[in-house]
Amino acid sequence: MAAGLMAGFGHYTHAIVRGIPASLASEALRSIQAEVDVTKARREHDAYVHALRTTLGLQVVELPADETMPDCVFVEDAAVVCGDTALITRPGAESRRRETEAMKAALKELNLNVVEMTDESATLDGGDVLFTGREFFVGLSKRTNQRGAEILADAFKDYAVSTVPVMEGLHLKSFCSMGGPGLIIIGSSEPAQKALKIMQQMSDHRYDKLTVPDDLAANCIYMNLSNKGHVLLHCTPEEFPESAKMFEKLKDHMLIPLSNMEKVKVDGALTCCSVLLNKKADN
Amino acid sequence: MTTEAGSETEVKENAEEKSAARLDQSKKATEKTQEVVEEGEAEKEKEGKGITRYLPTWFKKQKSQSQTSPTKEDPPTEEPVSKVNQEEAHVPEVNGHAEEVEEKEQVKEKESESHSNASADTEPAGEEKVEESAQKSLESTEETQEVAEKEEDKKEVEKDRRQGQTSIFQSPLRLVRKNKMKLVVCHVTLLDGSDFTCEVEKRAKGLFLFFKVCEHLNLLEKDYFGLTYKDHHEQKCWLDPTKEIKRQIRSNNWQFAFNVKFYPPDPSLLSEDITRYLLCLQLREDVASGRLPCSFVTHALLGSYTLQAEIGDYEPDQPRPLDYINQLTFAPNQSKEMEEKILELHKSHKGMTPAQADCQFLENAKKLSMYGVDLHHAKDCEGVDIMLGVCANGLLVYKDRLRINRFAWPKILKISYKRNNFYIKIRPGETEQFESTVGFKLQNHRSAKRLWKVCVENHSFFRLNAPEQPPKARFLTLGSKFRYSGRTQNQTRMASTLIDRPAPAFERTSSKRISRSLDGAPMISITDTSREAENGHEPHLELHSDSKSPGRVRGDNIYVRHSKLMLEDHDKTQDEVLKHQASVSELKRSFMEASPPSPPQLNLWEKHLTSSPATATRVQQQTVTTEVEIEETVVVQEISKAAKPAEALQTWEGQVQGGAGLEKKRESISSESESDEEAEYHPNVSLSIRHAQIPEEKEEEEEEQERKELSASSSPVEFNQAAAAVEDEGKDCAEEEKKEVGAEEPMKTPDKAPNGMTPHEEVMCVTTEEEELPKVNGEDSVVEARSQVICCSEPPVVKTEMVTISDTFAAQKSEIATKEVPIVHTETKTITYEAAQLDGSGDGEPGVLMTAQTITSESLCTTTTTHITKTLKGGLSETRIEKRIVITGDCDIDHDQALAQAIKEAKEQHPDMSVTRVVVHKETELAEEDD
Repeated sequence: MAAGLMAGFGHYTHAIVRGIPASLASEALRSIQAEVDVTKARREHDAYVHALRTTLGLQVVELPADETMPDCVFVEDAAVVCGDTALITRPGAESRRRETEAMKAALKELNLNVVEMTDESATLDGGDVLFTGREFFVGLSKRTNQRGAEILADAFKDYAVSTVPVMEGLHLKSFCSMGGPGLIIIGSSEPAQKALKIMQQMSDHRYDKLTVPDDLAANCIYMNLSNKGHVLLHCTPEEFPESAKMFEKLKDHMLIPLSNMEKVKVDGALTCCSVLLNKKADN
Repeated sequence: MTTEAGSETEVKENAEEKSAARLDQSKKATEKTQEVVEEGEAEKEKEGKGITRYLPTWFKKQKSQSQTSPTKEDPPTEEPVSKVNQEEAHVPEVNGHAEEVEEKEQVKEKESESHSNASADTEPAGEEKVEESAQKSLESTEETQEVAEKEEDKKEVEKDRRQGQTSIFQSPLRLVRKNKMKLVVCHVTLLDGSDFTCEVEKRAKGLFLFFKVCEHLNLLEKDYFGLTYKDHHEQKCWLDPTKEIKRQIRSNNWQFAFNVKFYPPDPSLLSEDITRYLLCLQLREDVASGRLPCSFVTHALLGSYTLQAEIGDYEPDQPRPLDYINQLTFAPNQSKEMEEKILELHKSHKGMTPAQADCQFLENAKKLSMYGVDLHHAKDCEGVDIMLGVCANGLLVYKDRLRINRFAWPKILKISYKRNNFYIKIRPGETEQFESTVGFKLQNHRSAKRLWKVCVENHSFFRLNAPEQPPKARFLTLGSKFRYSGRTQNQTRMASTLIDRPAPAFERTSSKRISRSLDGAPMISITDTSREAENGHEPHLELHSDSKSPGRVRGDNIYVRHSKLMLEDHDKTQDEVLKHQASVSELKRSFMEASPPSPPQLNLWEKHLTSSPATATRVQQQTVTTEVEIEETVVVQEISKAAKPAEALQTWEGQVQGGAGLEKKRESISSESESDEEAEYHPNVSLSIRHAQIPEEKEEEEEEQERKELSASSSPVEFNQAAAAVEDEGKDCAEEEKKEVGAEEPMKTPDKAPNGMTPHEEVMCVTTEEEELPKVNGEDSVVEARSQVICCSEPPVVKTEMVTISDTFAAQKSEIATKEVPIVHTETKTITYEAAQLDGSGDGEPGVLMTAQTITSESLCTTTTTHITKTLKGGLSETRIEKRIVITGDCDIDHDQALAQAIKEAKEQHPDMSVTRVVVHKETELAEEDD
């Protein structure tokens, strides 16, 4: 497609993922105490990577797990990529700051314009960044602050960047995500609905919404692939039967349910486990 | 002509020397001097300005009348020439006029006066002048004629002076007047960086110059554009098309820039390539200057389209040297890397025509988040620096680069500013019960007003199908005069479809502008009003706008002072709500329309409230539209202390728990800082309406009370007062009106219509200039205020603020009704805190009461705000805001904290006012214990 601003939402060619260290089970941050079965988690993750690589045909860059970084599988938090620009974040959790190093190297390898967040006062987790194709919403959460959002706005000047307070949940995307161009999938909890309201109010664009009963189920991965059309990776009926049903309404989408039962115990959602980017051949 | 004869120069000098007593003559003279061509233009202008400015309108009128009347009596229509000659022969002064004509023709010999006269007659240019003069004379004459003038104005503008065809000689008056015209040279910086120079009459209006520029550019889709000038604070301001240029610009600096005023959200809908080209030029400038931020890639992409449009296809044979490209500015920080990227992308555009490249450029630029956003520095209520961005969709709030809030036009009920505060009243959300008002602090009054104007214009342009119609007589209300005058986007699109001409050829210059932009040459500056204006100066602007100056009715009536902005309500979904919400003021307005300001209103009013079928017809607009009210505050200066932020006293009554009735106590006049006594008026409220409000409120209150069966001792008093006010309405208001600034008068007093002022005309009057700075004293203000002179002769001018009563009443009522179960036993406690008062508090004086409510949707609190403007003896008025806050809840409320919070909020909302009195009325429910 011709080079154009804000064209091609959901077009991806590459995905960056990272392995699960054994330390995840005991050391990864979590908001609710839970026993995590690393083996199961790895199995889930393998299925995830498989879907990206095999089912969807993306080029997957797999970074090795690092035992000293129990949360390193959640690569989304380490970088925000939009167009040719990648912003290396400064994760809100101190223990996760070093996760960005490998990510930065990988993105440079892919020839993206890498922008780093050097401001010591700024924090930003990629999980708080919702890119709708036309604008950014940045959740102000325990992990992300105003300064972090400002730096993001500076890195992606073409887009409006609006802030949304995240009252509950870890990240903004803990209860929402994009389900297509102009379609926001949103959880039905009160904080989620409130956040949606704010987003709608702040936006010059109109968004449709798909409300799902479970907040966690609202975290999906949308792609628009040249040979597949609309694709949605979402939760399994085993986890969230009611919510899973909702996705069947998306007739045009290729639906790929992915289990996330183990990773969710350490606050990992589907989007958390990959950084997607669109690397056109000509660039 | 009635004045003494003398050589022109003499006259001039005389004029200058003449004392105020002889204002008439002197003024005339000065005007003549002005006309004496360009040599020492500046000086002359000063003179002219100096004196004429200080002349009240009515003086001018008189003068003109005196001038004209003699001529009138002369053999009427005949050939003006002869008349002129005659006059010349007899009265040397006449020569002055003739000379002027000459000047226009560029003949500058004083000697050949008679000759010049003759030539003048035949000269088209002269004719035009004649027209103008005619207008002026008209102005001076009865107001009824003003309508005619309007038309003339239009003619004038459109036909320009080159057209001699109009029946210039209709009346001799014209000839006489015509002579005053003097030409000045305007320099307009165009979007490509070039300068356009043209001459306009000194008294030409903005529209005239704008049309000249558009004509020069061969631009038909003009409505997206405008002219800017820099005020003496170096702020870019939009030239008001309806006003005389010279009254807007400062310091005789006839320097303008042609700019995009409204960025079309979808440029592909523009009809002509030339329009798109101009828009491109503007955007290139915006991008290169950093005003329109974009990413590296976007810079490169836009730059590549610019290259394609300006130099055509990339030529592989002779690759463009990088040094060529780096002479062009594409971005604020343009790197080699970016230039390479631009070149690289440029290659990919091969075959694209310039028009196509422009289209691509626009298609990308329009998606940028800051496209078409006009930023203004401001502070939020906590003093945090923010930016307010006005755009096609509404108002955006930024903190640093982040968007922290957004108010779409349909969400905004009212836009107002008061001094350096800018307020928007927000429609309640689905779950909210009450409207809320959001306030921002601008750097100074000028910035607040500028922002307000921009909002008014953007809203009108993008949201309305048509600019507001001049209100009907009864619609007229106090309010801002300023309205958007041009075509709306809708209209201009319609008009564009009718464009029937071959695409005009135009040359795409190789970005002169682009390379120039580095030195920050012509760009629309984002408001960076950082200067604190002197208090003495800024406030005055308003005076004008408010001043009702019959004589100055403006012709083209573009900016019509209108009662309100109507929002088209496209969102039908909310219809129901909207109807309900249509502010009471609107009801009132319609109400007023239906009935003259007289007592019976109460009933009618009630009817309206119940929205009986009868109402429907009257409330035409309401049914269809949601309104945005635009409120403008006027600052009137008075004797006062040093510029102090707080002026008007605010009476504050916090009533805790189960609130009792409102106490309306009048406090003394507040201290007015010199420039600041301010009054605010509400566009919607007209006189009769105001009265209507009182009963309404009273009624409301009574109901409330009844329901609650409260034993609030204060309430009866209140009611009495209110009632008194109602009764007094006739007298009081009439008086008050007189004292009030002219602008208000037309609107308020329907009775004035008989005087020959049609509402329409009045509307226009309002349009007048706001730019001049009245001085503190009556004299100076006279100058600007024109009709205000009247007011000024009496000491201070009163402005009133009126705020709409909105359905919050209803909301409140219902809320209370449900919440408050009649309670039998209550304990009442009233505490009053009072600030030191000034003397002369006019407690006893019945003021005219205007009420309004702003209700916050705090869970525990209900706030009722009452704005009271009173006229006191000296003609002073004061505006006080009384807030009644009802905090309901269980006993675990921290009353002190609630009170403190309430006071804090009140202060924030009205930073310019001071809290003078706090009455805490506490009612504890004893029922349970007792029973």
